[in-house]
Amino acid sequence: MSRRTTGLAIEAEGLTRSFGDTRALAGIDLQVPAGTVYGLLGPNGAGKTTAVRVLATLLRPDGGSARVFGHDVVTEADKVRSRVSLTGQYASVDEDLTGTENLVLLARLLGLPKPAARERAAALLAAFGLTEASDRQVKKYSGGMRRRIDIAASILNTPDLLFLDEPTTGLDPRSRNQVWEIVRAVVSHGTTVLLTTQYLDEADQLAGRIAVVDHGRVIAEGTPGELKSSVGSGTVHLRLRDPAQRPEAERVLREALDVPVQLAADPVALTARVGEAGTDLDASAQAARVLSDLARAGIVVDNFSLGQPSLDEVFLALTDHPAVPAGERDDELEAAR
Amino acid sequence: MSDTTTTTTERAPAVYVPSAEALATVLAPGARPPRPSALGASLTFGWRAMLKIKHVPEQLFDVTAFPIIMVLMFTYLFGGALAGSPREYLQFFLPGIMVTSVVMITMYTGVGLNTDIEKGIFDRFRTLPVWRPAALVGMIFGDVLRYILAAVVILGLGLVLGFRPEGGVVGVVVGIGLLVVFSFAFSWVWTFFGLILRSEKSVMGVSMMVLFPLTFLSNVFVEPSTMPGWLQAFVKVNPVTQLVAAIRGAMSGESDPSATMWLLLWSAGFVLVFGTLTMYKYNRR
Repeated sequence: MSRRTTGLAIEAEGLTRSFGDTRALAGIDLQVPAGTVYGLLGPNGAGKTTAVRVLATLLRPDGGSARVFGHDVVTEADKVRSRVSLTGQYASVDEDLTGTENLVLLARLLGLPKPAARERAAALLAAFGLTEASDRQVKKYSGGMRRRIDIAASILNTPDLLFLDEPTTGLDPRSRNQVWEIVRAVVSHGTTVLLTTQYLDEADQLAGRIAVVDHGRVIAEGTPGELKSSVGSGTVHLRLRDPAQRPEAERVLREALDVPVQLAADPVALTARVGEAGTDLDASAQAARVLSDLARAGIVVDNFSLGQPSLDEVFLALTDHPAVPAGERDDELEAAR
Repeated sequence: MSDTTTTTTERAPAVYVPSAEALATVLAPGARPPRPSALGASLTFGWRAMLKIKHVPEQLFDVTAFPIIMVLMFTYLFGGALAGSPREYLQFFLPGIMVTSVVMITMYTGVGLNTDIEKGIFDRFRTLPVWRPAALVGMIFGDVLRYILAAVVILGLGLVLGFRPEGGVVGVVVGIGLLVVFSFAFSWVWTFFGLILRSEKSVMGVSMMVLFPLTFLSNVFVEPSTMPGWLQAFVKVNPVTQLVAAIRGAMSGESDPSATMWLLLWSAGFVLVFGTLTMYKYNRR
């Protein structure tokens, strides 16, 4: 019996919010279909966290409006709160308390009587692989365990909309995969998930649609496939044995792919995009052709890799400027407080 | 520190593999329970404060050691000079130092709130569909326990040193009750500062600037009649003076209705003004 909702989970129009001179949101429009994972992709300082805080009723917008399941986030905040949960970037459980105590506390606040709250806490801890750690203070948990208890706390009352603010930042690959599995399970149950991330591959793995956010605006929106095809679906990185062969390799690449080739600072390295929209071959076929053309030209390749375009490449393609360098991060977080 | 050997328990932790079935069972949405009452939610937040005391018992230091030092220090420092002997002085001074210590401890409400907000846990609390002031009221409930503990520690030490309240058990209980009422109300001043100030340190700084004049420029240490007129004027309107007078009255068995009334008015005023300001800020952060 899943609580599938139809229509839009989130509608936002022209949301603005400033902190002093910093314009965190410069007019964000969003339409998030219910029952899907929606990704907000952008570098640090783009306004993702501010947007989530406005939609989760933690922050009032200066202008514009937003509705969650049809309820206004400012005037009907309580109705919104009864249907959403937020897992923020920071501690969203009490580090001094144990795993069990945290979940029982929140379950009680959601209205469960004590025995039911204990039962619910135990069931969630078991499903999230935290039974053994249940009586340990959360400050003694590993990063992956922390994220799991954060998410467990968010689904005490299975929410209709779950906000996950950079759920995998700082996690090792295994913990990150665990979080992904959990997100998939949550959404398969009918919960809408709004996820912010700095990683294109994360958005690609999880989200049905992505909004790319930069300087407080949505600069591109679509399915992961649509976004990537606007950038090219991959990048080949080459390292040659002999730096003298680089000009020749560059010519071969340009002829095979018909795209500009970037020469790295490293005298033996080159990169080029493959899988551009409008070409008849997909990225891997193009990569294979590049490799054979190089071999035919007698160029020795020490290292060859085909990768997804990075967030930087998406940004370069969409905005002509690279993703904002780290360092703005603290400004946004500070301002969002 | 007791966790010198915790590393031995870290051997090869079993890897967690999320299972879709296990997750599906916990995701099955049961009927949503009705939201808890305002009092229920506040008491639950109070329970959190008690759990924190259980896990971090060091935080009781400032409600036990600090008051003991205050009592001993001032009783023996001023007693001989002001009342002929420390024991004589204590009859006058004990209710005052009880007020001073507990009112000073109220500032930790602001410090604690500021720390909680800094850590991010209040983002969770503020997205819960519960009565909005519950998180703060519950926090202050927890602090009230600390105030009572501090008052009892001071009373116990006072009795050992020779404090003999004429008002008996009833008078003492009424006195401590008045102190708790005032401290509960006064804590809302600090929740407000805890919300508007940037760091724990600035909360401490502001608290000290308010608390030192408020507690020292009062009738706690000496009779106001010995002070210059302009100072008497301040001392007279100082709520701490009313509080001390009311408690002295209750504990000595000669209740002071005027001071008690003023103290209750001040308490209502603090809750009304700073409670409202606090909630305004809390909702708009």
